[in-house]
Amino acid sequence: MSDTIQSRGSDDTAFAQPLYTPIKRRSFFLYAGATAGATALALAGCSKNDDNTPTTASTTAAAAISLGAGDVGVLNYAYALEQLEAAFYAAVVRTPATDFRAGELAYFQQVAAHEAIHRDFLKAALINVARVTPIPGLTPDFSSITFTSRASVLRAAQDFEDLGVAAYNGAGKLLKTSAFLVLAGKIVSVEARHAAYIRDLILPGSFADDMQVNPMSGLDKAMAPAEVLTVAGQFIKEKLNADNVGK
Amino acid sequence: MNFFKIIEQLAEVDPDVLGRFDSRRAVFQSLGTLAKRAALATTPVLLGSMFQKAYAGTNADSPIDILNYALTLELLEADFYRKFVEAGRIPAGAPTMAIAQIRKHEDSHVALLTNVIRALNGTPVTGVTFKRSFFNSLDTYEAQLQVAQILEDTGVRAYKGRAAELTGTPDMNIPGIGIVNLLTAALQIHSVEARHAAHIRYMRNQKPWVSNDDDVRTNPAYTGATPESNVMQAGYDLTRDLGTMYSAADVAAAFDEPLTPAEVLDMSRAGGLVG
Repeated sequence: MSDTIQSRGSDDTAFAQPLYTPIKRRSFFLYAGATAGATALALAGCSKNDDNTPTTASTTAAAAISLGAGDVGVLNYAYALEQLEAAFYAAVVRTPATDFRAGELAYFQQVAAHEAIHRDFLKAALINVARVTPIPGLTPDFSSITFTSRASVLRAAQDFEDLGVAAYNGAGKLLKTSAFLVLAGKIVSVEARHAAYIRDLILPGSFADDMQVNPMSGLDKAMAPAEVLTVAGQFIKEKLNADNVGK
Repeated sequence: MNFFKIIEQLAEVDPDVLGRFDSRRAVFQSLGTLAKRAALATTPVLLGSMFQKAYAGTNADSPIDILNYALTLELLEADFYRKFVEAGRIPAGAPTMAIAQIRKHEDSHVALLTNVIRALNGTPVTGVTFKRSFFNSLDTYEAQLQVAQILEDTGVRAYKGRAAELTGTPDMNIPGIGIVNLLTAALQIHSVEARHAAHIRYMRNQKPWVSNDDDVRTNPAYTGATPESNVMQAGYDLTRDLGTMYSAADVAAAFDEPLTPAEVLDMSRAGGLVG
Protein backbone atom coordinates (compact mmCIF):
# COMPACT_ATOMS: atom_id res chain seq x y z
CA MET A 1 0.00 0.00 0.00
CA SER A 2 1.35 3.41 -0.85
CA ASP A 3 1.41 6.22 1.64
CA THR A 4 -1.10 8.11 -0.41
CA ILE A 5 -4.39 8.24 1.36
CA GLN A 6 -6.90 6.47 -0.80
CA SER A 7 -10.36 7.74 -1.28
CA ARG A 8 -13.17 5.34 -1.77
CA GLY A 9 -14.08 7.21 -4.90
CA SER A 10 -16.61 9.90 -5.57
CA ASP A 11 -19.86 9.81 -3.68
CA ASP A 12 -21.84 9.48 -6.85
CA THR A 13 -20.40 6.15 -7.82
CA ALA A 14 -19.95 4.99 -4.24
CA PHE A 15 -23.60 5.18 -3.50
CA ALA A 16 -24.79 3.62 -6.72
CA GLN A 17 -22.93 0.36 -6.22
CA PRO A 18 -22.67 -1.77 -3.14
CA LEU A 19 -19.06 -1.58 -2.04
CA TYR A 20 -19.18 -4.54 0.18
CA THR A 21 -21.45 -7.47 0.65
CA PRO A 22 -20.72 -10.47 2.81
CA ILE A 23 -19.29 -13.08 0.49
CA LYS A 24 -17.66 -16.43 0.58
CA ARG A 25 -13.92 -16.36 1.02
CA ARG A 26 -13.19 -18.05 -2.29
CA SER A 27 -14.85 -15.25 -4.19
CA PHE A 28 -13.30 -12.54 -2.07
CA PHE A 29 -10.42 -11.60 -4.31
CA LEU A 30 -12.59 -11.58 -7.36
CA TYR A 31 -14.90 -9.19 -5.60
CA ALA A 32 -12.12 -7.06 -4.19
CA GLY A 33 -10.59 -6.67 -7.60
CA ALA A 34 -13.80 -5.24 -8.94
CA THR A 35 -14.38 -2.46 -6.43
CA ALA A 36 -13.11 1.05 -5.93
CA GLY A 37 -11.75 0.06 -2.51
CA ALA A 38 -9.69 -2.73 -4.00
CA THR A 39 -6.43 -1.86 -2.31
CA ALA A 40 -7.81 -1.78 1.18
CA LEU A 41 -9.92 -4.84 0.69
CA ALA A 42 -7.14 -6.89 -0.82
CA LEU A 43 -4.86 -6.04 2.07
CA ALA A 44 -7.58 -6.87 4.54
CA GLY A 45 -7.96 -10.22 2.90
CA CYS A 46 -4.27 -10.94 3.31
CA SER A 47 -3.93 -10.00 6.94
CA LYS A 48 -4.37 -12.21 9.92
CA ASN A 49 -7.43 -11.77 12.08
CA ASP A 50 -5.86 -10.71 15.34
CA ASP A 51 -7.73 -8.55 17.80
CA ASN A 52 -6.81 -5.35 16.06
CA THR A 53 -7.65 -6.41 12.58
CA PRO A 54 -11.27 -6.18 11.66
CA THR A 55 -12.75 -9.20 9.99
CA THR A 56 -13.48 -8.37 6.40
CA ALA A 57 -14.08 -11.68 4.70
CA SER A 58 -16.54 -13.95 6.35
CA THR A 59 -17.02 -17.62 5.81
CA THR A 60 -20.77 -17.37 5.88
CA ALA A 61 -22.93 -14.74 4.32
CA ALA A 62 -24.59 -13.92 7.63
CA ALA A 63 -21.41 -13.33 9.66
CA ALA A 64 -20.94 -9.88 11.07
CA ILE A 65 -18.08 -7.53 10.29
CA SER A 66 -16.07 -7.06 13.46
CA LEU A 67 -15.11 -3.48 14.13
CA GLY A 68 -12.04 -4.70 16.00
CA ALA A 69 -10.80 -3.99 19.50
CA GLY A 70 -9.41 -1.05 21.45
CA ASP A 71 -8.94 2.34 19.84
CA VAL A 72 -8.98 0.76 16.39
CA GLY A 73 -12.45 -0.55 17.14
CA VAL A 74 -13.61 2.93 18.11
CA LEU A 75 -12.13 4.45 14.96
CA ASN A 76 -13.75 1.77 12.78
CA TYR A 77 -17.02 2.40 14.58
CA ALA A 78 -16.79 6.11 13.83
CA TYR A 79 -15.76 5.29 10.26
CA ALA A 80 -18.84 3.08 9.84
CA LEU A 81 -21.15 5.83 11.07
CA GLU A 82 -19.48 8.47 8.90
CA GLN A 83 -19.82 6.17 5.89
CA LEU A 84 -23.52 5.97 6.60
CA GLU A 85 -23.92 9.73 6.98
CA ALA A 86 -21.80 10.48 3.92
CA ALA A 87 -23.78 8.02 1.78
CA PHE A 88 -27.04 9.50 3.03
CA TYR A 89 -26.11 13.09 2.21
CA ALA A 90 -24.63 12.05 -1.14
CA ALA A 91 -28.02 10.59 -2.02
CA VAL A 92 -29.83 13.70 -0.75
CA VAL A 93 -27.70 15.89 -2.99
CA ARG A 94 -27.96 13.60 -6.00
CA THR A 95 -31.75 13.44 -5.94
CA PRO A 96 -32.85 16.56 -4.04
CA ALA A 97 -36.33 16.58 -2.56
CA THR A 98 -38.79 18.20 -4.91
CA ASP A 99 -40.10 20.43 -2.14
CA PHE A 100 -36.79 21.66 -0.67
CA ARG A 101 -37.01 25.30 0.31
CA ALA A 102 -34.64 28.02 -0.78
CA GLY A 103 -31.11 27.43 0.45
CA GLU A 104 -31.70 23.89 1.66
CA LEU A 105 -29.97 22.11 -1.20
CA ALA A 106 -26.95 24.39 -0.78
CA TYR A 107 -26.95 23.52 2.93
CA PHE A 108 -27.05 19.79 2.24
CA GLN A 109 -24.25 20.10 -0.31
CA GLN A 110 -22.00 21.55 2.38
CA VAL A 111 -22.97 18.95 4.96
CA ALA A 112 -22.40 16.23 2.36
CA ALA A 113 -18.86 17.52 1.97
CA HIS A 114 -18.28 17.62 5.75
CA GLU A 115 -19.39 14.03 6.16
CA ALA A 116 -17.39 12.82 3.16
CA ILE A 117 -14.34 14.52 4.68
CA HIS A 118 -15.00 12.85 8.04
CA ARG A 119 -15.34 9.47 6.32
CA ASP A 120 -12.22 9.83 4.21
CA PHE A 121 -10.24 11.25 7.12
CA LEU A 122 -11.16 8.41 9.47
CA LYS A 123 -10.23 5.88 6.82
CA ALA A 124 -6.91 7.66 6.34
CA ALA A 125 -6.33 7.80 10.10
CA LEU A 126 -6.95 4.06 10.40
CA ILE A 127 -4.50 3.31 7.61
CA ASN A 128 -1.78 5.87 8.26
CA VAL A 129 -1.99 6.65 11.96
CA ALA A 130 -3.41 3.50 13.57
CA ARG A 131 -1.66 1.42 10.84
CA VAL A 132 -4.47 -1.04 10.34
CA THR A 133 -6.78 -1.96 7.52
CA PRO A 134 -10.14 -0.27 8.01
CA ILE A 135 -13.44 -2.06 7.73
CA PRO A 136 -14.61 -2.15 4.14
CA GLY A 137 -17.03 0.19 2.50
CA LEU A 138 -20.54 -0.58 3.74
CA THR A 139 -23.71 -0.95 1.71
CA PRO A 140 -26.35 1.54 2.79
CA ASP A 141 -30.00 0.58 2.89
CA PHE A 142 -32.06 3.73 2.63
CA SER A 143 -35.22 2.01 1.47
CA SER A 144 -37.12 3.56 4.39
CA ILE A 145 -36.29 7.10 3.25
CA THR A 146 -38.23 8.93 0.55
CA PHE A 147 -35.56 11.11 -0.99
CA THR A 148 -38.04 13.10 -3.05
CA SER A 149 -39.76 14.26 0.14
CA ARG A 150 -38.31 17.13 2.18
CA ALA A 151 -40.02 15.90 5.34
CA SER A 152 -38.63 12.39 4.97
CA VAL A 153 -35.10 13.65 4.25
CA LEU A 154 -35.11 16.12 7.14
CA ARG A 155 -36.41 13.50 9.55
CA ALA A 156 -33.72 11.04 8.52
CA ALA A 157 -31.04 13.73 8.71
CA GLN A 158 -32.07 14.59 12.24
CA ASP A 159 -32.03 10.95 13.26
CA PHE A 160 -28.56 10.41 11.79
CA GLU A 161 -27.11 13.58 13.32
CA ASP A 162 -28.56 13.08 16.79
CA LEU A 163 -27.42 9.46 16.67
CA GLY A 164 -23.94 10.53 15.59
CA VAL A 165 -23.65 12.97 18.48
CA ALA A 166 -24.79 10.36 20.99
CA ALA A 167 -22.40 7.82 19.47
CA TYR A 168 -19.34 10.05 19.72
CA ASN A 169 -20.34 11.15 23.22
CA GLY A 170 -20.60 7.54 24.31
CA ALA A 171 -17.42 6.42 22.58
CA GLY A 172 -15.09 9.09 23.96
CA LYS A 173 -14.40 7.22 27.18
CA LEU A 174 -13.48 4.09 25.23
CA LEU A 175 -10.49 5.80 23.60
CA LYS A 176 -7.10 5.33 25.20
CA THR A 177 -5.11 7.60 22.91
CA SER A 178 -5.51 11.30 23.68
CA ALA A 179 -4.86 12.35 20.09
CA PHE A 180 -7.79 10.25 18.88
CA LEU A 181 -10.03 11.69 21.58
CA VAL A 182 -9.15 15.22 20.47
CA LEU A 183 -9.89 14.31 16.84
CA ALA A 184 -13.23 12.79 17.81
CA GLY A 185 -13.98 15.96 19.78
CA LYS A 186 -13.25 18.10 16.73
CA ILE A 187 -15.79 16.09 14.74
CA VAL A 188 -18.59 15.64 17.26
CA SER A 189 -19.24 19.33 17.79
CA VAL A 190 -19.68 19.76 14.05
CA GLU A 191 -22.19 16.88 14.11
CA ALA A 192 -23.97 18.67 16.96
CA ARG A 193 -24.09 21.85 14.86
CA HIS A 194 -25.62 19.85 12.00
CA ALA A 195 -28.09 18.25 14.40
CA ALA A 196 -29.18 21.57 15.85
CA TYR A 197 -29.59 23.16 12.44
CA ILE A 198 -31.60 20.33 10.95
CA ARG A 199 -33.82 20.35 14.03
CA ASP A 200 -34.42 24.06 13.53
CA LEU A 201 -35.36 23.39 9.91
CA ILE A 202 -37.95 20.85 11.06
CA LEU A 203 -39.22 22.77 14.06
CA PRO A 204 -37.65 26.16 14.79
CA GLY A 205 -36.37 26.24 18.35
CA SER A 206 -35.98 22.47 18.71
CA PHE A 207 -32.14 22.61 18.43
CA ALA A 208 -31.71 21.25 21.96
CA ASP A 209 -35.20 20.46 23.18
CA ASP A 210 -36.00 18.63 26.39
CA MET A 211 -36.32 15.31 24.58
CA GLN A 212 -32.72 15.54 23.41
CA VAL A 213 -31.00 17.48 26.20
CA ASN A 214 -31.88 16.49 29.73
CA PRO A 215 -33.45 19.64 31.21
CA MET A 216 -32.25 18.79 34.73
CA SER A 217 -28.61 18.03 34.00
CA GLY A 218 -28.21 19.95 30.76
CA LEU A 219 -26.55 16.88 29.24
CA ASP A 220 -26.88 15.71 25.64
CA LYS A 221 -27.38 12.01 24.94
CA ALA A 222 -24.56 9.47 25.05
CA MET A 223 -25.03 5.96 23.71
CA ALA A 224 -22.90 2.82 23.81
CA PRO A 225 -21.81 1.27 20.49
CA ALA A 226 -24.16 -1.72 20.65
CA GLU A 227 -27.11 0.59 21.30
CA VAL A 228 -26.11 2.85 18.40
CA LEU A 229 -25.68 -0.06 16.01
CA THR A 230 -29.15 -1.32 16.80
CA VAL A 231 -30.45 1.89 15.27
CA ALA A 232 -27.80 2.46 12.60
CA GLY A 233 -27.95 -1.21 11.58
CA GLN A 234 -31.35 -0.65 10.02
CA PHE A 235 -29.61 1.44 7.37
CA ILE A 236 -26.64 -0.86 6.71
CA LYS A 237 -26.93 -4.13 4.82
CA GLU A 238 -23.94 -5.74 6.55
CA LYS A 239 -24.10 -6.71 10.19
CA LEU A 240 -21.53 -4.98 12.39
CA ASN A 241 -20.10 -6.41 15.57
CA ALA A 242 -18.98 -3.89 18.20
CA ASP A 243 -18.36 -6.40 21.00
CA ASN A 244 -14.67 -5.52 21.35
CA VAL A 245 -14.80 -1.82 20.56
CA GLY A 246 -12.73 0.02 23.16
CA LYS A 247 -11.68 -3.23 24.87
CA MET B 1 16.79 37.19 43.68
CA ASN B 2 16.07 38.43 40.22
CA PHE B 3 12.80 36.97 39.10
CA PHE B 4 13.20 38.01 35.49
CA LYS B 5 16.74 36.68 35.33
CA ILE B 6 15.45 33.26 36.32
CA ILE B 7 12.81 33.39 33.63
CA GLU B 8 15.42 34.44 31.10
CA GLN B 9 17.69 31.54 32.02
CA LEU B 10 14.82 29.10 31.95
CA ALA B 11 13.86 30.37 28.52
CA GLU B 12 17.22 29.24 27.24
CA VAL B 13 16.50 25.63 28.03
CA ASP B 14 12.73 25.85 27.72
CA PRO B 15 11.57 28.25 25.01
CA ASP B 16 8.02 27.69 26.16
CA VAL B 17 8.58 29.00 29.65
CA LEU B 18 6.62 32.19 29.07
CA GLY B 19 3.80 30.19 27.61
CA ARG B 20 3.76 28.09 30.72
CA PHE B 21 3.38 31.15 32.87
CA ASP B 22 0.86 32.58 30.50
CA SER B 23 -1.14 29.41 30.82
CA ARG B 24 -1.28 30.13 34.50
CA ARG B 25 -2.56 33.64 33.93
CA ALA B 26 -5.09 33.05 36.63
CA VAL B 27 -2.25 32.73 39.14
CA PHE B 28 -1.03 36.17 38.28
CA GLN B 29 -4.48 37.63 38.25
CA SER B 30 -5.20 36.27 41.67
CA LEU B 31 -2.24 38.17 43.01
CA GLY B 32 -3.94 41.51 42.49
CA THR B 33 -2.10 44.66 41.56
CA LEU B 34 1.12 44.74 39.65
CA ALA B 35 2.93 46.23 42.62
CA LYS B 36 1.68 43.51 44.89
CA ARG B 37 2.73 40.91 42.38
CA ALA B 38 6.21 42.36 42.11
CA ALA B 39 6.57 42.42 45.88
CA LEU B 40 5.25 38.91 46.32
CA ALA B 41 7.32 37.55 43.50
CA THR B 42 10.46 38.19 45.51
CA THR B 43 9.20 35.84 48.19
CA PRO B 44 10.90 32.50 47.65
CA VAL B 45 7.99 30.40 48.84
CA LEU B 46 5.56 32.02 46.47
CA LEU B 47 8.02 31.93 43.63
CA GLY B 48 8.45 28.23 44.22
CA SER B 49 4.76 27.59 44.11
CA MET B 50 4.44 29.60 40.93
CA PHE B 51 7.08 27.53 39.22
CA GLN B 52 5.46 24.41 40.50
CA LYS B 53 2.20 25.53 38.98
CA ALA B 54 3.82 26.66 35.75
CA TYR B 55 5.53 23.33 35.39
CA ALA B 56 2.68 21.23 36.63
CA GLY B 57 2.13 20.56 32.95
CA THR B 58 -1.09 20.29 31.08
CA ASN B 59 -1.52 16.68 32.10
CA ALA B 60 -1.05 17.20 35.79
CA ASP B 61 -4.25 19.01 36.67
CA SER B 62 -6.62 16.99 38.76
CA PRO B 63 -10.14 16.27 37.55
CA ILE B 64 -11.31 18.87 40.05
CA ASP B 65 -9.11 21.52 38.39
CA ILE B 66 -10.56 20.64 35.02
CA LEU B 67 -14.12 20.65 36.35
CA ASN B 68 -13.49 24.05 37.94
CA TYR B 69 -12.20 25.35 34.64
CA ALA B 70 -15.42 24.16 33.00
CA LEU B 71 -17.44 25.62 35.86
CA THR B 72 -15.73 28.99 35.40
CA LEU B 73 -16.89 29.11 31.81
CA GLU B 74 -20.38 27.91 32.67
CA LEU B 75 -20.71 30.55 35.38
CA LEU B 76 -19.61 33.18 32.88
CA GLU B 77 -22.19 31.97 30.36
CA ALA B 78 -24.96 31.64 32.96
CA ASP B 79 -24.35 35.17 34.21
CA PHE B 80 -24.27 36.49 30.65
CA TYR B 81 -27.67 34.98 29.91
CA ARG B 82 -29.04 36.30 33.21
CA LYS B 83 -27.96 39.80 32.21
CA PHE B 84 -29.19 39.20 28.64
CA VAL B 85 -32.68 38.30 29.85
CA GLU B 86 -32.79 41.05 32.47
CA ALA B 87 -31.80 43.69 29.90
CA GLY B 88 -35.20 43.07 28.33
CA ARG B 89 -34.27 43.54 24.68
CA ILE B 90 -34.93 39.99 23.45
CA PRO B 91 -37.89 39.95 21.05
CA ALA B 92 -40.93 38.05 22.31
CA GLY B 93 -41.69 34.65 20.86
CA ALA B 94 -39.06 32.35 19.39
CA PRO B 95 -35.97 34.37 20.43
CA THR B 96 -37.15 34.67 24.04
CA MET B 97 -37.93 30.96 24.17
CA ALA B 98 -34.59 29.98 22.66
CA ILE B 99 -32.56 32.12 25.04
CA ALA B 100 -34.58 30.76 27.99
CA GLN B 101 -33.82 27.20 26.85
CA ILE B 102 -30.09 27.94 26.50
CA ARG B 103 -29.98 29.73 29.83
CA LYS B 104 -31.68 26.76 31.50
CA HIS B 105 -28.92 24.48 30.19
CA GLU B 106 -26.13 26.77 31.38
CA ASP B 107 -27.72 26.95 34.83
CA SER B 108 -27.99 23.15 34.83
CA HIS B 109 -24.33 22.84 33.87
CA VAL B 110 -23.35 25.12 36.75
CA ALA B 111 -25.41 23.07 39.20
CA LEU B 112 -24.10 19.74 37.90
CA LEU B 113 -20.44 20.73 37.91
CA THR B 114 -20.76 22.35 41.33
CA ASN B 115 -22.35 19.22 42.77
CA VAL B 116 -19.78 16.89 41.25
CA ILE B 117 -16.87 19.00 42.50
CA ARG B 118 -18.36 19.05 45.99
CA ALA B 119 -18.94 15.32 45.89
CA LEU B 120 -15.26 14.86 45.00
CA ASN B 121 -14.35 16.94 48.06
CA GLY B 122 -13.23 19.84 45.90
CA THR B 123 -14.09 23.50 46.25
CA PRO B 124 -16.27 24.72 43.40
CA VAL B 125 -15.44 28.06 41.84
CA THR B 126 -18.02 30.72 42.65
CA GLY B 127 -18.60 34.36 41.87
CA VAL B 128 -17.53 34.38 38.23
CA THR B 129 -19.58 37.07 36.53
CA PHE B 130 -19.84 38.59 33.09
CA LYS B 131 -18.22 42.03 33.14
CA ARG B 132 -21.02 44.50 33.80
CA SER B 133 -19.38 47.45 32.06
CA PHE B 134 -18.89 45.41 28.90
CA PHE B 135 -22.42 44.08 28.97
CA ASN B 136 -23.77 47.62 29.37
CA SER B 137 -21.84 48.66 26.28
CA LEU B 138 -23.93 46.17 24.27
CA ASP B 139 -26.79 48.52 23.65
CA THR B 140 -28.78 46.46 21.15
CA TYR B 141 -30.25 42.97 21.08
CA GLU B 142 -28.11 42.25 18.03
CA ALA B 143 -24.92 43.20 19.85
CA GLN B 144 -25.89 41.02 22.80
CA LEU B 145 -26.69 38.08 20.56
CA GLN B 146 -23.35 38.45 18.80
CA VAL B 147 -21.58 38.06 22.13
CA ALA B 148 -23.72 35.00 22.83
CA GLN B 149 -22.42 33.42 19.63
CA ILE B 150 -18.82 34.18 20.53
CA LEU B 151 -19.32 32.81 24.05
CA GLU B 152 -20.88 29.58 22.81
CA ASP B 153 -18.28 29.01 20.10
CA THR B 154 -15.59 29.67 22.72
CA GLY B 155 -17.21 27.19 25.07
CA VAL B 156 -17.11 24.52 22.39
CA ARG B 157 -13.42 25.18 21.80
CA ALA B 158 -12.63 25.30 25.52
CA TYR B 159 -14.10 21.88 26.32
CA LYS B 160 -12.24 20.41 23.37
CA GLY B 161 -9.01 21.94 24.64
CA ARG B 162 -9.06 19.83 27.76
CA ALA B 163 -10.42 16.59 26.35
CA ALA B 164 -6.96 15.02 26.21
CA GLU B 165 -6.57 15.47 29.95
CA LEU B 166 -9.64 13.36 30.56
CA THR B 167 -8.55 10.45 28.34
CA GLY B 168 -9.33 7.13 29.94
CA THR B 169 -11.28 8.62 32.83
CA PRO B 170 -12.91 5.75 34.72
CA ASP B 171 -16.55 5.69 35.76
CA MET B 172 -16.89 7.06 39.27
CA ASN B 173 -19.55 6.45 41.85
CA ILE B 174 -20.20 9.93 43.17
CA PRO B 175 -22.18 9.96 46.41
CA GLY B 176 -25.54 11.58 45.93
CA ILE B 177 -25.18 11.65 42.15
CA GLY B 178 -24.51 8.09 41.06
CA ILE B 179 -22.24 6.62 38.44
CA VAL B 180 -20.61 9.40 36.44
CA ASN B 181 -17.91 9.35 33.84
CA LEU B 182 -16.36 12.80 33.92
CA LEU B 183 -15.20 12.62 30.30
CA THR B 184 -18.61 11.50 29.06
CA ALA B 185 -20.30 14.27 31.03
CA ALA B 186 -17.86 16.82 29.61
CA LEU B 187 -18.60 15.57 26.10
CA GLN B 188 -22.33 15.72 26.77
CA ILE B 189 -21.98 19.35 27.83
CA HIS B 190 -19.65 20.06 24.89
CA SER B 191 -22.21 18.95 22.29
CA VAL B 192 -24.92 20.98 23.99
CA GLU B 193 -22.72 24.06 23.71
CA ALA B 194 -22.31 23.26 20.02
CA ARG B 195 -26.09 23.02 19.60
CA HIS B 196 -26.43 26.39 21.32
CA ALA B 197 -23.77 27.90 19.09
CA ALA B 198 -25.52 26.57 15.98
CA HIS B 199 -28.86 27.96 17.08
CA ILE B 200 -27.57 31.41 17.93
CA ARG B 201 -25.87 31.44 14.54
CA TYR B 202 -29.24 30.48 13.02
CA MET B 203 -30.86 33.38 14.87
CA ARG B 204 -28.16 35.67 13.44
CA ASN B 205 -28.37 34.35 9.86
CA GLN B 206 -24.89 32.92 10.09
CA LYS B 207 -23.85 29.43 9.05
CA PRO B 208 -24.31 26.93 11.88
CA TRP B 209 -20.59 26.12 11.84
CA VAL B 210 -17.57 28.39 12.08
CA SER B 211 -16.99 29.83 8.63
CA ASN B 212 -14.92 32.41 6.86
CA ASP B 213 -18.26 33.95 5.89
CA ASP B 214 -18.97 34.77 9.56
CA ASP B 215 -19.49 38.44 10.33
CA VAL B 216 -17.29 37.98 13.41
CA ARG B 217 -14.61 35.87 11.71
CA THR B 218 -11.79 38.16 12.85
CA ASN B 219 -12.75 37.91 16.53
CA PRO B 220 -9.95 36.30 18.59
CA ALA B 221 -12.45 33.62 19.62
CA TYR B 222 -11.75 32.01 16.23
CA THR B 223 -7.97 32.40 16.16
CA GLY B 224 -5.31 30.73 18.28
CA ALA B 225 -2.48 28.25 17.96
CA THR B 226 -4.89 26.06 15.99
CA PRO B 227 -7.28 28.53 14.36
CA GLU B 228 -10.75 27.50 13.26
CA SER B 229 -9.56 27.93 9.66
CA ASN B 230 -7.18 24.96 10.13
CA VAL B 231 -7.16 22.34 7.36
CA MET B 232 -4.46 20.05 8.82
CA GLN B 233 -5.50 16.99 10.83
CA ALA B 234 -3.14 14.31 12.15
CA GLY B 235 -0.40 15.77 9.96
CA TYR B 236 -2.40 15.64 6.73
CA ASP B 237 -3.65 18.51 4.62
CA LEU B 238 -7.21 17.34 4.09
CA THR B 239 -7.76 19.64 1.12
CA ARG B 240 -5.45 17.46 -0.95
CA ASP B 241 -4.32 14.33 0.95
CA LEU B 242 -7.58 12.37 0.98
CA GLY B 243 -7.58 11.33 -2.65
CA THR B 244 -10.50 13.64 -3.32
CA MET B 245 -9.97 17.40 -3.48
CA TYR B 246 -11.96 19.22 -0.84
CA SER B 247 -12.25 22.98 -0.49
CA ALA B 248 -10.48 24.64 2.42
CA ALA B 249 -13.85 26.04 3.50
CA ASP B 250 -15.42 22.58 3.72
CA VAL B 251 -12.42 21.05 5.48
CA ALA B 252 -12.21 23.86 8.02
CA ALA B 253 -15.95 23.64 8.65
CA ALA B 254 -15.84 19.87 9.12
CA PHE B 255 -13.67 20.20 12.24
CA ASP B 256 -14.01 22.50 15.23
CA GLU B 257 -10.68 23.33 16.83
CA PRO B 258 -9.63 23.49 20.47
CA LEU B 259 -8.41 26.45 22.49
CA THR B 260 -5.93 25.97 25.32
CA PRO B 261 -6.87 27.25 28.78
CA ALA B 262 -4.33 30.07 28.33
CA GLU B 263 -6.01 31.06 25.09
CA VAL B 264 -9.50 30.93 26.57
CA LEU B 265 -8.49 32.94 29.61
CA ASP B 266 -6.59 35.49 27.55
CA MET B 267 -7.95 39.03 27.88
CA SER B 268 -8.75 39.06 24.17
CA ARG B 269 -11.18 36.16 24.64
CA ALA B 270 -13.28 34.91 27.56
CA GLY B 271 -10.71 36.20 30.07
CA GLY B 272 -11.61 39.73 29.05
CA LEU B 273 -15.31 39.12 29.68
CA VAL B 274 -14.90 38.14 33.33
CA GLY B 275 -15.31 40.80 35.95
